[in-house]
Amino acid sequence: MSATGFGPQSAPQSTSPAKLVVDGVSKWFRTPRADVQALDNINLRVEDGEFICLVGPSGCGKTTLLDIIAGLTPADQGRVLDDDKPVDGPGRHRLVMFQEPALFPWLDVFGNVMFGLKRTPGLTDKQRREIADQHLQLVGLEKFKHAFVHELSGGMKQRIALARALAPDPHVLLMDEPFAALDAITREQLYGDLQEIWRSRKKTIILVTHDVREAACLGDRVFLLSPSPGRIREEFKIPLARPRDINSPELAAIVQRMTLALRNHLGPRKEAAE
Amino acid sequence: MKRTLVGVAFFAALLLIWQAATASGRWSPVLLPSPWLVAEYLWDALRDGSLLEATAVTMKRLLVGYFIGVAIGLPLGLITSTSRYFEDTIGALALGLQTLPSVCWVPLALLWFGQTEMAMLFVVVMGTVWSVVIATSAGARNIPPIYARAARTMGSEGFDKWTRVILPAALPYVVSGMKQGWAFAWRSLMAAEIFVTILTGFGLGQVLQYGRELSSMDQVIGVMLVIVLIGLIADKVLFSPWERFLHRRWGTGFK
Ligand SMILES: Nc1ncnc2c1ncn2[C@@H]1O[C@H](COP(=O)(O)OP(=O)(O)O)[C@@H](O)[C@H]1O
Ligand SMILES: [Mg+2]
Repeated sequence: MSATGFGPQSAPQSTSPAKLVVDGVSKWFRTPRADVQALDNINLRVEDGEFICLVGPSGCGKTTLLDIIAGLTPADQGRVLDDDKPVDGPGRHRLVMFQEPALFPWLDVFGNVMFGLKRTPGLTDKQRREIADQHLQLVGLEKFKHAFVHELSGGMKQRIALARALAPDPHVLLMDEPFAALDAITREQLYGDLQEIWRSRKKTIILVTHDVREAACLGDRVFLLSPSPGRIREEFKIPLARPRDINSPELAAIVQRMTLALRNHLGPRKEAAE
Repeated sequence: MKRTLVGVAFFAALLLIWQAATASGRWSPVLLPSPWLVAEYLWDALRDGSLLEATAVTMKRLLVGYFIGVAIGLPLGLITSTSRYFEDTIGALALGLQTLPSVCWVPLALLWFGQTEMAMLFVVVMGTVWSVVIATSAGARNIPPIYARAARTMGSEGFDKWTRVILPAALPYVVSGMKQGWAFAWRSLMAAEIFVTILTGFGLGQVLQYGRELSSMDQVIGVMLVIVLIGLIADKVLFSPWERFLHRRWGTGFK
């Protein structure tokens, strides 16, 4: 499938059915000023219930890749399969937690969590309300049901965004640097919460980040990306037990290996570009 | 409570100055009637029903025309925002016609519709519609794209997207456009009513104009006061709730 010879592409894959397959995806952006290749032949197989992290520096195509998986942007080459069906547009089976806060200011917290639910068929109105309440509880913000978006702190906003994305019960949750804008203390709390929610809800999660520590703390598998064009360079399995503590020494050892590897992948390319 | 007191005191002081000015005798009472004379006119006109009737005629013209204008302006503004071609055509037209003082529609309306209610309605609609179009289109184009993307992933497409995401997201712009449209419509209607007599109903503008023809300054000032009052009430009733809504939800404004 791939001639590049990097880890994930050439590694033998398990035969169990994958939840989500990214198959040879490439993407170019053509602007009047320049042609940018954002992604080059990305291949991924994500099992049901797996937590995958993609790490790379800013500009390596992380957001673009999530957009393509979400169906918000079409790939120029390759395809994405969700449960063996090609993705040809956005849908509530793959919900996104965006990099910037994307809560709607004209709705209160409850209205925001209800937004996706109201557009989910096969539920009664009562069920929708119950599900929304449950998810507010899940992220610990049931007391803020009727608060407005601007009254929430950054961490609370991201919790609500998480509740909003989880409530319609998507197959896959796509998270685009969801904690990048938060302070370290809030972030560490959310790492704990997210692991707990992932464990209890058995969701498939793909999270992208530029923070190697964060990726090692959260992912079952971590993929390293390098920019211009965005490529997957290496795969790391993280064998640590959960819940994981971001400050544990075992994690630090893995982080160190990954950081070195990432530096190796970035170094030569930079020189080549100069 | 304190604010009410300050307000009352301020306007009481204005009335006192006015009263003092008339009592000084420096100006002819024909040109500057005392507050009592104006109050007396208002009281009489209220009791014989002529003032209420004129107010009703004017408000009906204004409200019907305004809501038609908004009903046309909102969708037209949304359509304008969807493509650069609409922006260069409908948008440019709206911008041009909005800079035209809406009184300038009166001669054309009279030639097209004669001295009829239709002419009045037309003037009000023209006063409203262009401001609403421009504000709605600007609002829709300035929405953070992230809202539309989030909405799409959650299954909001087409009509639902326009009414449940784009329009509410553009609300801060839309409300200020509607407010401007209201101000333009109100001014142009008054001008039209002063300018032409329409036999099917005498509005406030016409009563004002009669006051001038009869040289009865108490009537002129009285009707002017009523017009100011209506403007203030409309602002409170029509727009304050929306502005409060925006401030509370978007977290804008002081306090
Ligand atoms: N809409 C766009 N138009 C042009 N170039 C884009 C666009 N979106 C992304 N890019 C380019 O694609 C590359 C990857 O961007 P992005 O996916 O946002 O990276 P990341 O999320 O990893 O920071 C960057 O070089 C960026 O400049
Ligand atoms: Mg990004």
